[in-house]
Amino acid sequence: MMKDMHKPERSKSLFRFAAPQMFYPLAGRLAPWFAGIAAILAAIGLWLGFFVAPTDATQGDVYRVIYIHVAAAWMSMFVYMVMAFWSFVGLVMNTRLSFIMSQALAPTGAMFCFVALLTGSLWGKPTWGAYWVWDARLTSQLLLLFLYLGFMALTRAIEDPRRADKAGAIIALVGAVNVPIIYFSVKWWNTLHQGASVSLDKAPSMATTMLTGMLVMALAAWAYTIAVTFWRVRSLILERERHTDWVAAELNALEGKI
Amino acid sequence: MQWESWSAFWDMGGFAPFVWGSYGVTLLLVVGELILVVRRRRDTVRRLLRLRRANAAGAGGRRAFEEIVE
Amino acid sequence: MKPRSKRLMLLGGAVALLIGAVALVLTAFQENLVFFHTPTEVAEGKAPTGRTFRIGGLVEPGSIKRAADGLTVQFAITDTAKVIPVTYKGSLPDLFSEGKGAVVQGKMGADGQFAASEVLAKHDENYMPPEAQHAVDQAQKTAKTVKQ
Repeated sequence: MMKDMHKPERSKSLFRFAAPQMFYPLAGRLAPWFAGIAAILAAIGLWLGFFVAPTDATQGDVYRVIYIHVAAAWMSMFVYMVMAFWSFVGLVMNTRLSFIMSQALAPTGAMFCFVALLTGSLWGKPTWGAYWVWDARLTSQLLLLFLYLGFMALTRAIEDPRRADKAGAIIALVGAVNVPIIYFSVKWWNTLHQGASVSLDKAPSMATTMLTGMLVMALAAWAYTIAVTFWRVRSLILERERHTDWVAAELNALEGKI
Repeated sequence: MQWESWSAFWDMGGFAPFVWGSYGVTLLLVVGELILVVRRRRDTVRRLLRLRRANAAGAGGRRAFEEIVE
Repeated sequence: MKPRSKRLMLLGGAVALLIGAVALVLTAFQENLVFFHTPTEVAEGKAPTGRTFRIGGLVEPGSIKRAADGLTVQFAITDTAKVIPVTYKGSLPDLFSEGKGAVVQGKMGADGQFAASEVLAKHDENYMPPEAQHAVDQAQKTAKTVKQ
């Protein structure tokens, strides 16, 4: 009796998605879901923030900037840590996709960093009385923006992709030290910026509806980041893997459609 | 509901420029980012298709040259 | 040793060194990182002399006095331990009020009065609606009367 011819077994572990060829279609399938989730969460968060949460006794309605400011600030810090993580993995495991992912995350992280600085500035003028001060919190957040921009400029400027990967990875790892500095700045030093309203070790100092709106917006920003990063990484993968057969096949399929 | 009227909502307690300025700029940047991502994919695919056609033409040209020379 | 493990160790070591270096630099530059000094630090002579610096604290209740010219204002900054008198000419932020946080920037005068060139309001991390704030204020008032 003839033995059944069977296809070579594809690895069933999650690690198969470390291959650009496997991650590309996965990112394409998942991104729309995260985009939908982001849109729904943003709608809910904004509705909570503007129509359910009351005004603030001290600041009045200008406090409502918090619903975008905190989400953006948290994402700007989180995304840079994720970039540092993938840079570390890439340097240790020599996986191309880790570096590509790091580079796909940067523009969105930079965008949120800028939003945090700008909304913070507009919030600061009517409350503190200044658009900007050089206290530890604001200064370290501005430094984060420079790190993002430096990362993006450097990885674009270096011709050889492998060298660009490593140079970017160094900026991501070194710069990541700044993130805990941003977070603890209000605790370690005297700052104009107030301390954390939400933290893991003490009760929140916000009314419940305010807190809920803020957390929902943070989740919306997280889902948005995943969607945009997954879409962006697909372009980066096509570029990096353009000499492979599977990309040739993908380009065939896209010809005439784009 | 927190607002007595829609005009009170837009007025944001007198802080309209600061609040709507913040959300307005954010919306612009988000929309801008989405447009850039869509454009990047389109530009990448088009460029790679063009490169592939150029390479194929190059290979075809080389074959034509070899036919003549041989 | 596998090349991967070697890379991991080298990388881990480099990151640890970097964190150590940053910690060192930050502790060395503590003085320059200070955004404001407390009234106690100023009273103990720990604040810089002869140049501009900032004092942060609470506006002492009952200390705000407006001068006859309408522009100059006098008040005091306190950290409940020490009090520093301040004079300032200019507009004050909306959130500036007695019992609330403020940061003043300027120079210490020879007469012990702090001549401020800029006044900023500092608010805390609490967010609550007016009714809740009212309840908190009432509770604090009751606590004060009980203490007396």
